[in-house]
Amino acid sequence: MGITTFLSGSASVFGVPGKNAAELLIADLNAKGGILGVPLRPIFIDEGAGINQLMSEYRRVVLNEKAEVMLASVSSASCLALTPVAEDLEVPNILWDCSSPRILEDNNYKYSVRTQSHSGAEMLAAALYLVKNKADFKTVAGVNQDYAAGRDQWGLFRIALKALKPDVEIVAELFPKFGAPDYSTEISRLQALRPDVIVNTSWGGDLDTFVQQASARGVMTQATFVFPLGESSLQRLGGAMPAGVIIGGRGDHYFLHPKYAQEPAFREFVERYREKTSAYPIYPVLHMAQAISALEGAYKKAALTNDVPWPSKEQLMAAFRGLKFRGLTSEVSIREDNQGLEDQLIGTTVRVPEYGFAVLDRMSIYPAELVTTPIGAKSADWLSQIRLETANDPSIETFEAKK
Amino acid sequence: MSIQTILLAALDGLSYGAQVFLVAVGLSLIFGVLRIVNVAHGSFYAIGAYVAASFSLLIAAEGWSPWLTYPAMILSACLVGIVLGGALEVGLLRRIYGKEQVLQLLVTFAVFMILEDMQKAVWGVSPYFIDAPLGLLGTVNILGINYSIYQLVIVPFFAAVVLVSLRYVLRRTRLGRIVTAVTDDREIAAAMGVDATRIYLLTFMIGASFAAFGGALASGSTSLVPGMGAGMTILSFAIAATAGLGRIEGAAVAALMIGLGRSLAVYMAPEFDVLVPYLIMFLVLLFKPQGLFSVQQTRKV
Repeated sequence: MGITTFLSGSASVFGVPGKNAAELLIADLNAKGGILGVPLRPIFIDEGAGINQLMSEYRRVVLNEKAEVMLASVSSASCLALTPVAEDLEVPNILWDCSSPRILEDNNYKYSVRTQSHSGAEMLAAALYLVKNKADFKTVAGVNQDYAAGRDQWGLFRIALKALKPDVEIVAELFPKFGAPDYSTEISRLQALRPDVIVNTSWGGDLDTFVQQASARGVMTQATFVFPLGESSLQRLGGAMPAGVIIGGRGDHYFLHPKYAQEPAFREFVERYREKTSAYPIYPVLHMAQAISALEGAYKKAALTNDVPWPSKEQLMAAFRGLKFRGLTSEVSIREDNQGLEDQLIGTTVRVPEYGFAVLDRMSIYPAELVTTPIGAKSADWLSQIRLETANDPSIETFEAKK
Repeated sequence: MSIQTILLAALDGLSYGAQVFLVAVGLSLIFGVLRIVNVAHGSFYAIGAYVAASFSLLIAAEGWSPWLTYPAMILSACLVGIVLGGALEVGLLRRIYGKEQVLQLLVTFAVFMILEDMQKAVWGVSPYFIDAPLGLLGTVNILGINYSIYQLVIVPFFAAVVLVSLRYVLRRTRLGRIVTAVTDDREIAAAMGVDATRIYLLTFMIGASFAAFGGALASGSTSLVPGMGAGMTILSFAIAATAGLGRIEGAAVAALMIGLGRSLAVYMAPEFDVLVPYLIMFLVLLFKPQGLFSVQQTRKV
């Protein structure tokens, strides 16, 4: 199997944990005899080398190294570029971490399948959590990275929020440069505008810098902040991240998951991951677990349905549709359109003495069926139809504040 | 646009401009004297930042006074400039002076790529994050807006110190005159008994130290990520080109223009935030292709 992931550049904050997880999980799988008795050999490809290089490396790994299945990618730009290549090469392609809903909504692919949610579901869950948990707010500002995903995510969040709360006023939409070292002006402007809510879909170094500079200037306590991708930054931010910030985990991912943290398999994985990397797992680690679990499930299902020792790639792709599998948290299923249905976990930060960084409390889990764009609909259109009742839907699981 | 907006934008632009000035002035100085376009310049910025961050972590781990992080920044800048800058000049650049500029670009680009990988090997890929410098000095309230003293006072202060002392050294001291003479004509200066090789080395170390110092100051307010050097290389090229390559004061004015332009854009047209530095560069080069502060060159035959 080929795995494309960021091993260089700023997105390696996701890519390297993803690779570490893959190594750990594949070693486990091979120790059990692999999939249907066939051991897995991963070949990692660096997404950080640029789209052209990525595409030729991807072809090389499929054609020369004879990879039978590919896991691509962290970045939506990589996924958008690689999915047509996978069709062309007729190689099963698992979208393991990329978030753009457009990849599967605008195309009909035979060989690509997504084993996780997309940003439509992620942004909707964050907006639902916000309107439910923050009673009166009238003004919202967005600060988002100036690149495709930053603009798309803010666009989707904005549509969902406007649909849920039509009277809300968007007072600023700022798009600082991707990788910007300085947010002085943005922070000054936020202080002048004093919005009730500030939404920032950044990640990695950009989110760290923003929180660090905003925190130093006392802005973090002036508004309710919403960081839909913030779960991946909590450990690094340490004391700079205050309590009361709304944080999302791009799916049903958190190392202190309210339902699974005490489960032996989950606990053991968290400990082993921590031994290997000296950090707690973040969402790309759990996305990788989902992709590998889906792969194993689909091979076994295909072998069983077709009564063959090793399924063909057509049989494998057919097996993905309707497949139910579990990574390390809740069960994920794959729809007819190859899109994964994954629950969404959102919480609010608290400070506790056990950890040197902020942890999540008052978590809510939004079931995938409630927040995922239905088959055939486009996320932007569907999100604009969302009604406020959805925020109080009985299928949402809420977890009370801990002492 | 109110007076208040302009004032706030100016204050924000100042801190940003000061930071990029430090990097751009190093690039400009090196080009002015050595006539070499150093693509690896941003690497000094990144490595200066990483070294300063490592010192901060050490200071925190040993339980020493957090105030030591400030002198540690100056120390890391000198260390990176002298050791790394010196090694690069002696080991590599010395062989390619006077060669075609394409070759110089390729060689320094290769160095940039090697240093990028070296940073990853030494410091890993996870963002580094040092909060002592920003937190120690607290904030000041101007027109209802909290500014961090570190970003508003300390960073511009150091940039001003660099600008003034560089001007002073180049204009008023014997060393400065020697540097100017070598810049003007290396051969004649050498014939007069100037050790031009030493001046080249010294200039390169100083230029690299400025970039590293810019990085060290940045480590106090920004998180350090792989690839941060590339962005700074591009921006400092834009500033140096706007000013005219080799122009020291010009780099300060251009850095301030770009800082101010960016801040105003965030207030008035946030969509153009990213575009502004290059828009300014484009407009300037359209009317003055040699840069704002270029001087007439006499062509040597």
